[in-house]
Order: sequence, then structure tokens, then C-alpha cells
Amino acid sequence: MKSARQIAHDVRSGASTAVEELAMALEVVKARNEELNVFLHIDEEGAIRAASRVDELVAQGARVGPLAGVPIALKDNLCQRGVPTTCSSRILEGWRPPYSATVVERVIDAGAVPVGKTNLDEFAMGSSTETSAFGPTRNPLDPTRVPGGSSGGSAAAVAAGMTPLALGSDTGGSIRQPAALCGLVGLKPTYGLVSRYGLVAFASSLDQIGPFAKNVADAALLLEVIAGHDPMDSTSLPEPAPDLMSHLGDGVAGKRIGYVRELVEGADDDIVAAVARAVEVLRDAGATIVELSIPELHLGLSAYYLIAPAEASSNLARYDGVRYGLRVDADDVAAMNEATRSAGFGAEVKRRIMLGTYALSAGYYDAYYGQALKVRTQMIAAFHRAYQQADLLIGATTPSVAFRLGEKISNPMSMYLSDVFTIPTNLAGEAAVSVPFGSGEAGLPIGVQLLGPGRSEAQLLAAARVLEEAEGRS
Amino acid sequence: MTLPRGWEMVVGLEVHTELKTATKMFCGCANAFGAQPNTRTCPVCLGLPGSLPVLNEQAVELAMAIGMALHSTIAPSTFHRKNYFYPDMPKDFQISQYDLPINVGGYLDLPDGSRVSIERAHLEEDTGKSTHLGGSGRLHGADRSLVDYNRSGVPLVEIVSAPDIRSSAQARTYASELRGILIATGASDGRMEEGSMRIDANVSVRKSGDPFGTRCEIKNLNSLRSLHRAIDYEALRQVELLESGGVVRQETRHWDENLLETSTMRVKEEAEDYRYFREPDLVDLAPDQQWQDRVRAALPPMPAERRARLSTRLVDPTEAQLDAVEVVIDLGLDPYVHAAVDQGVDPAIALARAANELAGALAVVARLAPESFVETLKMEQSGALSATQAKTVLSALLDGGGNPRSIAAAMGFEQLSSDSLGATVADLIEQHPDEWARYRDGDDKLAQFFIGQVMKVTKGQANGKAVVAELQSRR
Repeated sequence: MKSARQIAHDVRSGASTAVEELAMALEVVKARNEELNVFLHIDEEGAIRAASRVDELVAQGARVGPLAGVPIALKDNLCQRGVPTTCSSRILEGWRPPYSATVVERVIDAGAVPVGKTNLDEFAMGSSTETSAFGPTRNPLDPTRVPGGSSGGSAAAVAAGMTPLALGSDTGGSIRQPAALCGLVGLKPTYGLVSRYGLVAFASSLDQIGPFAKNVADAALLLEVIAGHDPMDSTSLPEPAPDLMSHLGDGVAGKRIGYVRELVEGADDDIVAAVARAVEVLRDAGATIVELSIPELHLGLSAYYLIAPAEASSNLARYDGVRYGLRVDADDVAAMNEATRSAGFGAEVKRRIMLGTYALSAGYYDAYYGQALKVRTQMIAAFHRAYQQADLLIGATTPSVAFRLGEKISNPMSMYLSDVFTIPTNLAGEAAVSVPFGSGEAGLPIGVQLLGPGRSEAQLLAAARVLEEAEGRS
Repeated sequence: MTLPRGWEMVVGLEVHTELKTATKMFCGCANAFGAQPNTRTCPVCLGLPGSLPVLNEQAVELAMAIGMALHSTIAPSTFHRKNYFYPDMPKDFQISQYDLPINVGGYLDLPDGSRVSIERAHLEEDTGKSTHLGGSGRLHGADRSLVDYNRSGVPLVEIVSAPDIRSSAQARTYASELRGILIATGASDGRMEEGSMRIDANVSVRKSGDPFGTRCEIKNLNSLRSLHRAIDYEALRQVELLESGGVVRQETRHWDENLLETSTMRVKEEAEDYRYFREPDLVDLAPDQQWQDRVRAALPPMPAERRARLSTRLVDPTEAQLDAVEVVIDLGLDPYVHAAVDQGVDPAIALARAANELAGALAVVARLAPESFVETLKMEQSGALSATQAKTVLSALLDGGGNPRSIAAAMGFEQLSSDSLGATVADLIEQHPDEWARYRDGDDKLAQFFIGQVMKVTKGQANGKAVVAELQSRR
């Protein structure tokens, strides 16, 4: 499959049309969706309309955006006007939002063609896409395995060659972990860089939308389009999108890269080896390697599993059967709320709502939620100290390569551990990218994670590009 | 009402006022009362999945204005979520301020000379409005409930007083004075009947000198009269309970306006745990000094100051005039009075016309230019118009605007002031020679007879004083 840049170039130059590019994408979608369960909704009509509009603009000689005619997959927790948005939950089944997320408007304005809505763990709570109410998504590289999660559908869409780009959301690793497991580039932007308006909230202080692509340049291209201030999101950074494309070739010469012990601890041997090899590549490219220990990272998982469920318990309260989505009738309003929520939410969502409700309860707040906020503050301080010694950090994205369907779903703790390396970045509100580097068990891809302080996306992508080039895959 | 000997009531009030902003607190929907249900809504105030709040600057300014009028400190503040399930609350949480409110401390001085401390005045969003059909008219036991989300997300300020109030009359005065401040700052229209100002009262009783007793909270009092009655009822209930050996249970109570009594809504053990936590979708609010200065500079004079200024224009005011001052201040009509008095109009006339004619046409009073008001009153004072005529001219000005002289002329009022009045009086003297003779001989009571006759002939358009002057000139 062509890269997003190539498609946009071909469409703008008249070498191909958006409608043709869409037809090729839809062919792959139709061939593989039944097996892989990537798309929950394929918006063929809407996509054809969007592609035709791009072709008309090109025909008129009008200005078309940097994503002209590029098919794109949208995680099904992003609102698109008139298109079903379920968050992979029964409770939202049938709901069609009357408005579009800012990122959806921005990619459409840039000429992209949204093909449909991709599967995810219910309300983005999970690391394998198995908690979806509409069945798991399978990893295109090995359909007996998971694609990771929660943005597993978006990752699988790109990995299967259905679309060159996809949007996901990352609350504790939900872009980087599936990117690693599917052999893709996936980036979690600095908190506030990308507007959350229209992203159905899981944990508001941690959620960020970000790109999936097969290569670093395509990821950078998509991020440039979706980043930049949005007045509809109060937490949006008050600045325009950064220039990423022109810094892709900056390399790492003279940069200090921190090799963090805690970010490989407990990972499978082939993954530890891949990170070590990536460190050597960066050193060869002129970076100075600093070995670091950040013990606070050990606290990330516990803090995350209090803060994220606490926010979720409040964010998900609105699914009460009164206004939209599922309603299970009962004798009075309170009973209707209870019946609706009992029937509409799956086990993992219920578990986290209960956990979060408990953590915020009078008498427990200080011991749980309050304590977790303190840990979060410590985490931010620890990263800040690390960034005095290094410009970027490096570690593994995941402890293992893609695992088998069903392998961890019955053991929440082992599932939660899949995100142990990615969660700290969300708690700190900083940026990180997972880039494919080498392969492990059964030839499955390994993701190496590069982490940086807030607004370091250009440096992260430039470093990722160095690793990508070393693999001969750019 | 007074409590039985030795008992004292302790009252603190929580006043919720809707802010008169153009748009809602976190979205661009119009903030307007009375529209068709669910027509002033959008993804944000309906709490649709994915929507996010953005704070309304005007709401912050009005909240600061309230705080400044109450001598509060404007403090860096944060927003929290108050979590509980209720169908008229679309997100099933309310965005409010918790431990760090925008206005901290302050006080309100009452006309009776007492001072009530203010603990805080914080910003929060209003809920939608439920209508329960069937059953008791409350949620419990209703057949069906309808929800209107037009009010959802309307900005509110909650003003919490210290437990400084010691009588229902003082509570009423506090609420009334606060209402005046809210109107003066432009923060609220103060319409209690439309729910734009709602009061919760915390009431406890104690033997004078004892520590505070256990309090009960009476919810949603929506008139000053209800406030007064509910507090009296509740304080007496608690005294009777204690005197008969019972204990007061901390609880939330409902005031029934028909039964004139309070009843239990929920007891403390059932009280909700609201699981407050910082609203992650909003950033901290810390208005800088420049912004605060701008709001402070734009603050108009508060009612206490205006009341004092208006009162100084009256010499030995009567009880009725003091009531009129209250009305005029309350309704913001004092600029009319001052304009007239500045132009030499008798303060008593100016006050009376403002408190009666203008107050009676409040909805359209903005149409009346102060100059027209002054002009009309000057004509009345000079005798060119009778009191009745002056009122008629004011009413015409309020109905359709225009120039007072042209209106008086069009109504034929001015003709009577000159030759025609003389001619009318001459005719009447001729028709009633006996009465005229008695008047001429010094019986002043007969003047009333002639005024009555002139009024009959002129259909009430003559000026009484002018008639007397005419009679005297012929005596």
C-alpha cells in the first residue's frame, strides 16, 4: 500500500483520484474486515461523498489539504456527525452524534476521507480490544493474536493495509501499545496539543488523540493536521500546530538520550535486546547515551488505576438511559438508571466504575485518589529531573509482543501490566512515540518507545526516524 | 414572631442566583427564560458524549461584581465536579466550585444597622427543569417526568452567609438587600417567581449563650414571604421538639407553601456522597488585577448608598415616603427622581410619580427618557397640568413615547390653563349666584364646589390650583 504522502501527492497531481484511492482501500476493508473485525461501521456512502468532493476541488484547481484523498480510519470513540459512535459499548448502540470532533473536522478539511469507525476496548478500557461489546479485533499479522488496545481497531486497519492512517486515543498507552503490537508508528502527543473536543471521555486528564501510520513521516503529517489550539477545549495549548515535517531529518546528533532502567525492567529478553540495539543505533547517529534510573515509574500503574477509574466513574455517569443510547425500562427513574447501566456496560467498565467510585468516596478519597494525585505530582517531578540529564528517554513500549486472544482477558492484573511502560507519560502529560524496531517471538514486531518532555514531538519524530532508517523501512 | 422566652434562632442563608449572561456558563446557547422546551440546547449543555465545557467570561465578571459588592476577596479558584444522578442533570454531575471559590469572605450591612458576614460566593451551573406528571407532583410517585434542558448550564452564583442571622425578619431583610445588590450589579434580574433567585435556609435554635444547636436545611424557598414563614415555622418546631425532650435530627426539609409547614426530605445518614474532585476539563481561574480593576471600575453604586442619597433629598420623610424610597431603589428608578429634583421639582412629587406611575409600568419604563419625566413634572408643578393630567401624560409617554408638551396639547390639556378656564369659571359663577355669593363672603369651602363643577364641565382636565387662583382673582 502507498504511503499517505504518496496518495496525497498523487491525488493533488492528478496521477490518481481520491475516489480511486478510496476504492482500493474499501477493497481491502471488504476482503478482511469479517475475519479481523476492524471496523464496527463502514461509512461507504459518506466516504464516497468526501472523496468526490476532494476530486472536484482538484479538478477546479482549488487548494486541497495535505491529506488530499487519503483514506483514514477513526477510532469509534471519536464523534463524527451522523455516523454511529458506540465506544464499543451496548450502552451507546444506535447513537449518532449531531456534531463532529475537532480532529475529525480537521482531517476532513485537510482532504482526508474517513472510511469508518474502528473497534476498541469498551470505552477505551483495555489493552487488547477484547472488552469490546462487539467482539475482539484480530491482529492482521497473526489473527490468533490481539492487536493490542484500546485502539486495536485503528492499529489493525493500518497494519492490514486498509487505510494508511488512523486516529486513536491514548489514556495509558492505547495508541503506543497497539502500534507496537502491530508494527506501526504510534504517537501520544503532549497533553493539550490535540483538541479532545468530540473524543468521548474515558479519563479526561489523561486522554489524548494521536496518529497511527506505517512510517514516521506519515504520522508526523497527520499530527500536524490535528494539532493546534481549539477554543472548544479549555485544556488545549494556546498555540498553533508545531512544524514537524521540516524537522524529520534533524537526526539525534548532539542529543542526550536517557536509557531508563525501569522502562525495560520485566520485559521479554528479545524486547530488552531490541531496545539495547536501538540505543546503539542512536549512539552511532551521534547521540550521547545517559543511563538513568527513575524509581518513581514503579508507582505509575497504581496511581493510574486510581486516577483513570475515578475520572471514568464521573465521565460515564451520563449513560443513564434518560437522553440517548440504551434504555432499559423499570418502575422509576432510579431503577431505570440501574437496569440500563447493568445491561449496557461490560464487566471491565463496571469494574473501573466501581473502583473509581470507591476511590473518590468520602472516607477513602485521601487514602486512594488523593494519594494517587500526590504520586502523579512526584512522577512529573521525576520526569522533570530526568530531562535535566537527557533530552529524550528510551525504553520498551510493551513487556511482550502481541499475545494470544484470551490469554490475559480473565486476569485483569496481567492485562494492566501491558501498559506499565506507557502509563507514566500520560500521568506526566508529556509526549512519547512507539516505533517498530526489530522482531521477537514468532517474528512479531517489537516497539521501541521514545519519550520526551511536553512539546518535544518534533525531536521525538526525528529520533524515531533515525531508528526507522536503520531498519531500512522509511 | 418571637420564640418562647430564652430561645434564640440561628440562621444562615444560601442564596442561588442565575446570572444574566447573554449565553450559558459553558457553551454558546442563549441564556433566556421562557423559550419552548429544549430549544436552547447544544452538545455541551446536553452533556453529549465528547463535549467539553468552556468557561463564559461574562459569568466570571458578574460573579466578581457580586463579590466586590459584598466586600469579598477575589481569589484564585478551581472548579470541581459534584457527582450525583438526577435526570435533569445531563452529565449526572454538576460543575461547581468547592474548596477554592472565586469570592471568599465579605459582609453585607443591612438597613437596620446589623451586619451579616459572607462566607463565600461561588460559581456553578444550573440543572435542567423537571416537570412531574401524576402522583404528588414530585419525582417520587410521578407517572411521567418531562425534562427541559433550556436551563441546563445557566450560570449561577451561590452566596453563602455565615450563621449570623437571628430572626426571620432579619433573614428577609438580608435576602431583600442582597436581591437589590444582585440587581444593581446587573448580575441578576432578581425574579424569585421565575426561579432566578432561590434560597436555602439553615435553621437551628439554642438557649441564648449556648453553643449552636443541630441545624436543618430548608430547600428551595422561592419568595421572601416563604422564607420568613418557613424560618419561623422551623425554629418553633425545633423549640417545641426540644422543650418536649426530643432532639433535632440534622436533615434536609421541604417547605410546603399550602400546608405552611416543613417536612423531612432526607436525613443526614441518607445524604449523598458527592465524590467531589477537580473538574479536569477546565483550567484554574485566577482573574488578574487588571481584569478585577476593570470590573470594579464599572460597578454602579449599591442600594445602601443610593438609598442614603435619595433619602437626603427628603425633609422629614413620612412612613409612606420611606416605603416609596424602598420601591424606587429596589426597582432602580432613583435616577428619574434625582433628575427631576435637580431641575427644581418638588422631591415629594418626583418620588410619588416614580414609586407609583413608573413602578407600575416597569416593563416599559426604559422607553421613558428622564428629560420627558422631568418636563411632565415641571408642567404639573407650574399648574399647567393637574395631577391627574400629569399621570395621564406619563402613561401616554410610557405607552408610546413622544414629547410631553405635544401629548398634553394633543389631549387638549393645555387649553384649560389659559383663557378657557377663565371663561368656564365665569359661566359657572353666573349659573350658581348663591354659591358664588357665599364664597365671596369668605366661605372657602365653596371653592371645592366650584372645582367640582369645573371638573364636571372639563371632564377632569382642569387643574384644581388653577381653578382656585381663578376664583380668588374674581372674589
